[in-house]
Order: sequence, then C-alpha cells, then structure tokens
Amino acid sequence: MTTDGAARADTFPKLLLRNAEKFSDCPAMREKDLGIWQSWSWAEVLDEVRVFALGLKKMGLKRGETIAIVGDNRPRLYWTFIAAQSLGAIPVPVYQDAVAEEMAFVLKHAKIKFVLAEDQEQVDKVLSLSDKVKSIKEIIFDDDRGLKDYGHGHIRSFEDVQALGRAELDKSGGEAWLKEIAKGKGSDISVILYTSGTTGDSKGVQLTGEGCINAAADTVEFDKLTENDVALAYLPLAWVGDHYLNFAQGMVAGFCLACPESPDTIQEDLREIGPTFYFAPPRVFETLLTQIQIRMEDASRFKRWLYRYFMDVASRYGEDILDGKQVPLSGRLLYALGGFIVYGPLMNRLGFSRVRVAYTAGEAIGPDLFQYYRSLGLNLKQLYGQTEAFLYVTAQPDGEIYADTVGPPVPGVDLRIARNGEVQFKSPGMFTGYFHDKAKTSATLTKDGYVKTGDAGLLDRETGHLKIIDRANDVGKLKDGTLFAPKYIENKLKFYPNIKEVVAFGDKRDFCTVLLNIDIVAVGNWAERNDVIYGSYQELAAHPEVYKILEGHVDEMNRSLAGEPDVAGSQVRRFLILHKELDADDGELTRTQKVRRSFIAARYKPLLKALYDGSKSCKISTEVTFEDGSKGSITGDVKIVDMKPYPAEMSKEAAE
Amino acid sequence: MNATANKKANGKAEAMLSAENVSLSFGGVKAIRDVSFDVRKGEIRAIIGPNGAGKTSMLNVINGFYHPQEGTITFKGEKRSEMRPHIAAKQGIARTFQNVALFKGMTTLDNIMSGRTLKMERNAFWQALHVGPAREEELKHREFVEEIIDFLEIQAIRRQPVGKLPYGLQKRVELGRALAMEPDLLLLDEPMAGMNLEEKEDMSRFVIDVNEQFGTTVALIEHDMAVVMDLSDRVVVLDHGQLIADGTPDQVQNNQDVIDAYLGVSH
Repeated sequence: MTTDGAARADTFPKLLLRNAEKFSDCPAMREKDLGIWQSWSWAEVLDEVRVFALGLKKMGLKRGETIAIVGDNRPRLYWTFIAAQSLGAIPVPVYQDAVAEEMAFVLKHAKIKFVLAEDQEQVDKVLSLSDKVKSIKEIIFDDDRGLKDYGHGHIRSFEDVQALGRAELDKSGGEAWLKEIAKGKGSDISVILYTSGTTGDSKGVQLTGEGCINAAADTVEFDKLTENDVALAYLPLAWVGDHYLNFAQGMVAGFCLACPESPDTIQEDLREIGPTFYFAPPRVFETLLTQIQIRMEDASRFKRWLYRYFMDVASRYGEDILDGKQVPLSGRLLYALGGFIVYGPLMNRLGFSRVRVAYTAGEAIGPDLFQYYRSLGLNLKQLYGQTEAFLYVTAQPDGEIYADTVGPPVPGVDLRIARNGEVQFKSPGMFTGYFHDKAKTSATLTKDGYVKTGDAGLLDRETGHLKIIDRANDVGKLKDGTLFAPKYIENKLKFYPNIKEVVAFGDKRDFCTVLLNIDIVAVGNWAERNDVIYGSYQELAAHPEVYKILEGHVDEMNRSLAGEPDVAGSQVRRFLILHKELDADDGELTRTQKVRRSFIAARYKPLLKALYDGSKSCKISTEVTFEDGSKGSITGDVKIVDMKPYPAEMSKEAAE
Repeated sequence: MNATANKKANGKAEAMLSAENVSLSFGGVKAIRDVSFDVRKGEIRAIIGPNGAGKTSMLNVINGFYHPQEGTITFKGEKRSEMRPHIAAKQGIARTFQNVALFKGMTTLDNIMSGRTLKMERNAFWQALHVGPAREEELKHREFVEEIIDFLEIQAIRRQPVGKLPYGLQKRVELGRALAMEPDLLLLDEPMAGMNLEEKEDMSRFVIDVNEQFGTTVALIEHDMAVVMDLSDRVVVLDHGQLIADGTPDQVQNNQDVIDAYLGVSH
C-alpha cells in the first residue's frame, strides 16, 4: 500500500509532504510531557518542520553542509533531520552519551557547522569542544532549562529559530521551501551515521535518501506495517537501528512514533503506549528476564508455583501455537488458561500486549532467552544487519523461526559467503561510501561491489537461512588446533542472570579462560536475601560465596560444551571475576555495549598473564573515567579459580 | 558559568531576612551567642561550621521552631518575636531536613503534592468530593507538581512509594516538596549529606537551577567545603555558637579564624 507513494517520494522531505496529505490527521508523533501524552498529527509535524527549516535557512544553513544532532529521542530532534534534509543539508546524529573526546572526533570529521543539542548538558559538552572544532558556528537547543543565561548570538532555542522561520513564512510564503525540497534528489546524501567503532575509530557511513526509502519500503511490506502501527523510540538516535526502524519505516508506513518521557521511564512508557512494533537488542531482553526472575524469587510460594507450572506449559506449546503448528487440544486449553493467569499480565507488565512484530539484533541471542519470549506469545524474530547496509541484510519471516539462524536475505538483498567464510552482500539501502575516507571505503567493498561484513557465517543447507558464528577476525584456534569461537562461549555464560559480561580468551593459547562481570542487580538481590553485606561492586565481586556460585555456572557450561564435539576442547579451564564493571566510558565496551576484546586484553594484561601462569591471585590497579570525565583508579586483588574440564563425549581422548 | 557573574551583579540586593543579635540557649548550654547576619534576595547563602557550631539551631530559629531568648529576626521587612513553623511556612519559608522527613508510605507524587496544601483554597471536604472547582484546583496544582517532577528529573519514580527509594532520590523528593510551596526562602539542612560524588553534583545543579530559574533565595547548611565554595554567593561561619566570619567564599577561605576553627590551633 505504501510502495506506490514511496516510489514517487525519493527523499524524506518529499515523504513528509505526502504523509501530511495522505494521513493528515493521523498521529505522527507522541511525547509524554508533564505526565501527559501529547501528540502531533502529520499535518502539524509538517508545519513544525517547515518553520524550523525556514529558520535554519535564514541562519545560513546551506546545501551540502552538515548539522549534528545530539540528544535523546525527542520529536524536535527527529524534525531536525527532515528540516535539514529539506534544505539539502546533511544531518549527522551523534551518540548523546559519548564523552567529549569521542564527540570531538565526529564533529571534526564531519565538519559540523550547526549543532542541535537537546539540553544544557549537551550544549556544555559542545561548548567545551568549540576550541577543538572550529567549524561550529551555531548551537540550537531544545530544552531551555538552565540555558537562559547562555543567550548570546550563536546559542539559541528551537523556538527562536522557529520564530525566525515563522516570520519568513508570513513574509514570503512557503513556495520557496517547496522548491528547495523539489531540488533534492534521491541520490543525495540523506544522512551520515557514524559506526559505534567495535573495531576502532568510528567511520561515517553515508546513506542516500532513495536507498533508505527503498530499503524501508521493502521491510514495511515484509512486516505489513501501516499508519495504524505504533513504535516507541528509545534507541540512540545515532544508531542505524533507530534511524531505520523508527524514522525511515515510520516515514514510509506513516506509523506513529512515541518518544519516552525520559530515559528512565521507558519501561513505564512502553506499558502505557503499547507499541505494535518493537525492537530491542538481546541485552534488553536479558535485563527484563533477570528482573522477572528476581521478582518471582520474591513472590509468594503459590505464585511461584503458578509461574513455574505455566511457564512449563508455555515452553511445551507456546512456540508451536505462535507458529501455527499442530498442538493437541489439551495443550491449547492449558495455554489459554496460562494466558489468562500468567502470560497476559506478564506481557502487559512488559508493555508487549499489543506487539505484532518484535525484532532483536546486534548480538547473538541465547536460544533459551529467545524461546522464553516466544513461548509467552511474543512474535520475536531475529534480523541481521549493518550500518553499511542501512540495517537489514537478513530477517526471519513469520512462522520460519529458528533460534540459531538470523533468517534468509530480505527481498532485494543479494547475499553470498566468501571463500574465507565471510558474509558479503549487496542491498538497496547500501551505503555510498564512508565520509571523507576513500581508503576505508575501498577496503570494505569487494571488487565487484559487495560489502564485506567482517562476520563469519554459513547458509543452512535445508532452510537457506544465514547462521552467524562470530566476527570473522575473532574466530581462532587453540594451540592444539581446536576451534575457538569466543562469542559462542561468552553468549552461553551470559545467559546466567548472575553474569553480566564475559570476555573469553584462547586464540593461540593452550586453553580457554574467561573474565567475568557479575550482574550487580541479580547478585545484589541474592546478597540481600542471604544477608551478605557489601559496600561496592568490587567487594561483592570478590566475595567467596559469589565465586562459588559463578564456579557452578562455569562448570555447568563446561559440561554442556563437552557434549558438542566441535567445541568440546575449548572448555573454560580458569576464570576470574573482574574487580570493576566493564564500561563504555573506559573504552572497554562500545557505545552499543559490545565488548572490545583486544582493548580489554591490553588493559588487563597482568590479569591475563596470571590466568595463564598458574598463579592463584593477581594484584591490579585500573584507571576509571567518571561520568563527568574526571579520572580515578580502582585497585584490588583478584582471585583466580581453576576448573576441571569434562571429557568430551564421542571424543577419542579424555582431557587430563 | 556566566550565571555566576550575573549573580554577583545583583549581590547588592535588599535583605530578605536578617538576624540581629540572636542568642539561644537550652538551659545552661549556649547554642547561639549574639549572632547577626542577613540573607539577601536572590542569593545562595551558606551557613558552615564544625560539628556543634549551632548551624541547625540557627536554621531552626529562622524557621520559627526555636525561639531565641534575645535578638530579632526580620523577614521581608517584618520583625517578629514569636514565631511558629506553620506561620513561617505561610510567609514563604520552606525547608528540608538533615534526616529525610517524608511520608514513607506515600508516592513521590503525593509527597510533593502535600507541599501544595497551603496553596489549596478548597477545604478537605471539597477535595475529597473531587468535583467542580475543587477538581479544577487540583488539576492546576497537579500541573505545578508535574513541572517540579520534570525539573528534578524524577519522572521514573512518580508513582513509587518513597520509602523504597534510595537515599539520594529521597533527598530530591524532599527538595521537590519544599519547592512545591513556591517559597521565597528555601532552607536546606545538609542537602548533600551521605551522598556520593555523582549525587552531590546532581544536587548542586538542582540548587543552582532553583536559584536561577525560580529566583528562589536559598540558605543552606553544608559540611562539604568544596560544594559550599562552588555554590554559594556568601558564607557565614559559626563556631561554638559564635559568628567568626562572614563574606564571599574567597574571603572566608582565607580567614585565619576559620582555618583555626576547622583545623585546630597549635598550642
């Protein structure tokens, strides 16, 4: 239904004009303000964007120039994308929690002239960089709190810019603006998204309007999204996932985008809005499950029994019912009863009651975790994508869900596996190159124009679905030649609620070892129930009882590895619990919360050495960066535990 | 940044509250001896001093909880001798406590709403009926309270009982309740006590924002010297119930008596 319109509109401003006409009174955006949900129709959004764009023009934003957008998901920040695009300028969203240095790199690299900052915190951050980034001319802020005294010529509020535009509109009408939009071509750069930098400095991925819209139109049709759908925008603006799933799909399908009241209220807002389309990285599903499990531990004995009984029913029949397979009548009846007593209220609590399509991506999701949500009746699917592809490469169609694959290529995507096992693709939304970085662009593209993903994968022979094993560079071998896929071990361990983060080592070494981070919520709750007193993360992490619990988890995982001949040799022989939580501010995680293994290996060198030289403990001092950028250090003595490996089943030699 | 410059500029404003020759004793113990100082309109004024210097007693005198045996308190040009806390509240003085004093079983929203009690025109009966003008009035007050919630960034705990909240957040809710009174003078008794660095920074930001955005005059007691020096426009130093210094943070910091009082004198 939307493809006809989308085919004509090849830029987002043109799409906005279409939507304002086609869906004029349908809600386009919602935001909770002072505890009440406010909404804007498409026609109203058009008006807001128009006057803001005219204001920007008056201030001197020109075709081809860049404007940075820094902040949480707010309607005005989304409007800025379209307003800038309507003038032919290029929006560059920046991760709002980036520390000043990271932000300076992006602002400088993208030659930013205008900055739209959400609030005082971001304005201050940008101001502190103005010495380093000389190109910045104007700063516009959304929330004026604490900014009243900043009022000098080059820092102004969103309203002030709109007032400029309003005056312009009254004087000379909106014709000129429509002409500007008409000048825009589908092949123009629509947005530059900086990658989070899993493997080093971030790169500016350039995407065209036409590419974005074509890709979004395909998946909107794939998942049958319409103007009646609702999504909650809570993912970082600078991430391709938000730009694609919420912004681009919202523009193409005309669905309503709701912005949460604050980053802390997302769970509440989800429940109130009841989105029909939902995306979350596995990490979010993991956290939710941990919370559910903790709350169930605290529930009364009868409720615990009910929960256990019906979750058992769900795991037997839930997925089959969801996939429309044959299920005995008694199973259906029990499941319906469970829906009434357990699943319904639980889904409502999580805000999933109305979700029609839910996706997860970004990292491998534990099969048990995946099945848990699906058995509750959530139509959760996996997709595999990249910023360079404008997200989608593969996605699971309804009814063809396997926990260990990420689905077949989506319509329009050409996928192949290179000889070295690397996944390569061509897609409609494919990027046109990295901004100001020809060398990296040509390193990423093959000679015949395919994008190299850097992920190792294989196509399932029966279903044709793609399976991702690990990053192509990360898959290694132990000294004795056993296959070592660190992600595989990490994901297995991370499924335990007590474990938050895992970093596995083993490539070119004698055996496999892991560094662990405990989950302070789950373990803290255990401590509370067992009268264990602790003053900090460090103290809790070093507690002997906590070590004992995690030892149990590692042991259990070793036993399950022993059952898989390919990886049985990479059982964990030694582990330790880190004395501090891995943190993106310290560079240990990327902004999208993926571990940077090589960085961690360098930073905790003494610990790694101790893991392999047989010592029982190791002293370590680590520098940490606080949220305000100041630095401190954490010193501690970390205990190392030896594990006994299980003999590999169906393997010729029993280890030791 | 330039906000501080602004504040200094209007530093010569009129006194909102002045204490003259105030003395207070409990039986034989002299808690405050002949102390005089003033709080100017629109400033952040800190009262500091070592343990037992009489800081909280001074706050209680201003608040009308204690009655000084000698001396007078003038608030907004009105001299007073006998004073009660509820009258002080009506006149526009709001305070927070050293140990959080909230209704633990009530939600954040209700706690802050309770700060609006004095502003309600309809009586409890009408409020309970929740119809017509009483309803309209409540909606108006609710909007004000929501603005405070937004201001203090506590949307996520709007509906949670405060007893379950961490200490730092309870302090914030308490500040919210004091703000709900739309006070002319806000008294804060150790707003940062027991907080970690990050919570302290947040709280400092809120105090500065309250002062700037609503123009509320603030008098605060605080132990953390770094916080005091950053926040306040002028500082009063008490020691053993006596005023030993009064001036800008810089002046006070370099005052020999103050250094002696804090670090002790070598004999």
